[in-house]
Amino acid sequence: MTMRKVAVVGAGMTRFVRRALETPKELAWQASRMALESCELTLEDVEAVCLGTAPDSFDGIHMNGEYLSDGAGAWRKPYMRSYVGGGTGVFVPIQGWYHVASGLFDIVLVVAEEKMSSYYPHAQAAFITIFDHTTERPLKPNLLWIFALEMNRYMTMYGISKADIARVSVQHKRNAAHHPCALLGDANITVEDVLNSEVLAWPVQRYDVSPVSDGAVAVVLAAEHVAKRLTDKPVWIEGVGWNLDTAHWTNRDLVYPRYVEYAARMAYEMAGIREPKKEIHIAEPYDPFDYKALHHLEGLQLAERGQAPQLYIDGTAALDGNMPVCPSGGLLGVGNPIAAAGLMKIAELFWQLRGEAGGRQVPGQPRRGIAQAWGDLMQVGTVVIMGR
Amino acid sequence: MNERVAIIGVGWSGYRPVSPELSYKEMTYAAAVKAYADAGVDPRKDIQSFVTVAEDFHEGTSIFDEYTPDQLGAALKPMHTITGDGLHGLATAFMMVKTGQFDIVALEGHSKASNILTLPEVNAYAQDPVLNRPLRLNTHFVAGMEMNRFLFETGTTIEQCAAVVQKNRRNALRNPKAAFGADLTLEEILSGPALSWPLGKRDMAEQADGAVVMVLVSESVARQLSDKPVWILGIGWCNDSPSLESRDWGVLPYIQKAAQMAYRQAGFRNPQGIVDFAEIDDTYSYKELQSLEALGFCQPGEAGVLTDDGATDIEGDLPVNASGGSLGMGHLLDATGLVRALEVVLQLRGEAGLYQLEDVNIGLAQSWRGVPTTSGAVAVLAN
Repeated sequence: MTMRKVAVVGAGMTRFVRRALETPKELAWQASRMALESCELTLEDVEAVCLGTAPDSFDGIHMNGEYLSDGAGAWRKPYMRSYVGGGTGVFVPIQGWYHVASGLFDIVLVVAEEKMSSYYPHAQAAFITIFDHTTERPLKPNLLWIFALEMNRYMTMYGISKADIARVSVQHKRNAAHHPCALLGDANITVEDVLNSEVLAWPVQRYDVSPVSDGAVAVVLAAEHVAKRLTDKPVWIEGVGWNLDTAHWTNRDLVYPRYVEYAARMAYEMAGIREPKKEIHIAEPYDPFDYKALHHLEGLQLAERGQAPQLYIDGTAALDGNMPVCPSGGLLGVGNPIAAAGLMKIAELFWQLRGEAGGRQVPGQPRRGIAQAWGDLMQVGTVVIMGR
Repeated sequence: MNERVAIIGVGWSGYRPVSPELSYKEMTYAAAVKAYADAGVDPRKDIQSFVTVAEDFHEGTSIFDEYTPDQLGAALKPMHTITGDGLHGLATAFMMVKTGQFDIVALEGHSKASNILTLPEVNAYAQDPVLNRPLRLNTHFVAGMEMNRFLFETGTTIEQCAAVVQKNRRNALRNPKAAFGADLTLEEILSGPALSWPLGKRDMAEQADGAVVMVLVSESVARQLSDKPVWILGIGWCNDSPSLESRDWGVLPYIQKAAQMAYRQAGFRNPQGIVDFAEIDDTYSYKELQSLEALGFCQPGEAGVLTDDGATDIEGDLPVNASGGSLGMGHLLDATGLVRALEVVLQLRGEAGLYQLEDVNIGLAQSWRGVPTTSGAVAVLAN
């Protein structure tokens, strides 16, 4: 029995901004409309809708998925919202994939929306409620400092310098200068700028972190027979993987994301990939912090443990390198409206593999790319492999 | 399309109005252990993926999916959460098996409603923040408006709605899992306190705590592991307009469409004479009647008459909520649809005990996500 092949046939995204004037519904609708127009479909053609959005506390709406349903184009359609925290952006296309691969639907609209600015004055405060109510919340933990713990562990274990990690931020923000939707693209940023930025929670400095943002992204998925009718350039979902580790994050060795490795291995097996370093041409690892891109490249088996900074030092990760990393500009450059940022990476692979990425197009007609997101309490990895 | 999908293991804990000595994790663990033993599977070795249904605001935790894996034996496994009803979770696990990529998938839903001190306020936060929230609409007020419109459009009476309460709470007396069994007269139901006219307090299901876990497998695995698989013949789900201003109030187009989707997969158009019994939404008494009509078991306006005539009793032609439904068992938040599906499974396996129906082969489960949503799902199961 062969599995049904599923293709991405269209994509659209709003600009990522610090404070959008649009309501969450309007953001979702703008991205949905652009995605449908990109493949000349209308809502009539859409058989089901999958939605991704991170915690309800940002929009301050209980059952936020229900609220967003008509904005996402789900009026009188089968509609579901999936959820794996920060990993949601790369999970929601996986949800779309199983909708189509199951044989139940031929055309599915996948939408990710996030409006973090509704949480006033700053979305960071919403994150207090992600921690265990008994053991952790009384300590008033902050995401910046738990990731500072992880970054510190990573640097200490392998003897990696702040300057080498800062290269990630520099390269991603430079790539984003070519992205029309980017919030923090900067063609001239340097390692010194990163190292001189404000310290938030040592070793995390302001330019090591992606910005709080608003935005939405949508893609259209289609079954093989429909995709071939719709476009000459379908981009196939070749493999998907996801993995959720225990909630007891304090028991985890934070130096290595095993859950990302397991998710990646699941996707590689499905895609028939044995040597990821050779067979993956573009990588879009999740980069809410600069060290996270390195961490995730190791989890994805695209670098040896502790060796990921080398990809940035020797130019492998550059836009014209052997394996460009985050040609989109990533979360560090384009912005981080949580679920939308993950789906932005899927949209980026779609445009890159079709040769439609404009000023940030990777040369050499890349054939296959990988996108990954991560979330929860340093706990979940979601991976999609796309190829043409 | 690939192989058929079967439910081969079920487990539950609860259902009780309060459970102060247990956490949701302990209740989930108890349900999971039962379900895995029932299916004969080991979560660490055999189960390939896990699905949970949960909503952050019900749990009082943002990004609640963080806390889902441990009590299910799902750490370091592919697991995700659907912010939907239990039947949405069932549809998700069903699709995953259908892809051919997974043979054994576990599904979990739970309610710890007794932990929520401000459930009416939490529910009100589901309304549109710009257009509706400033009006400070209470959830039951919205339900009262819907009930009024339903009665107006169909000629259904308040007494017929009360008959649903009477039936379901009497059925619950036979069900040891049900916390709200009672033998009430129509007079007692109708003379209860008002919520939002015509909706009375006794038209509303009270909350309960509990957890349900199921194991879904592909056909080939079902043949190996189980001698009493329950097959999912069809499953459908649908949303209508989330806005209070632009929806139909008397009828349920989303239940109609979800039912049509499920029936299409199951290979029939009209459930009458095919579906032997149903476990459906009765969050409020009138919802059972409104849903029966949307599901196509009768014409608009007929469901109340059928109830009066006893057709939906345990001994009737189409037993509805023989378990007691949410009115008799308690409403379990996001797990409610899963409780309905579990009751269908138990009936089809002949394990329903004192409320076992005779000669049943095809059962239907249906759910609604509550005010202010227009989100529902329908599953058709067979033994």
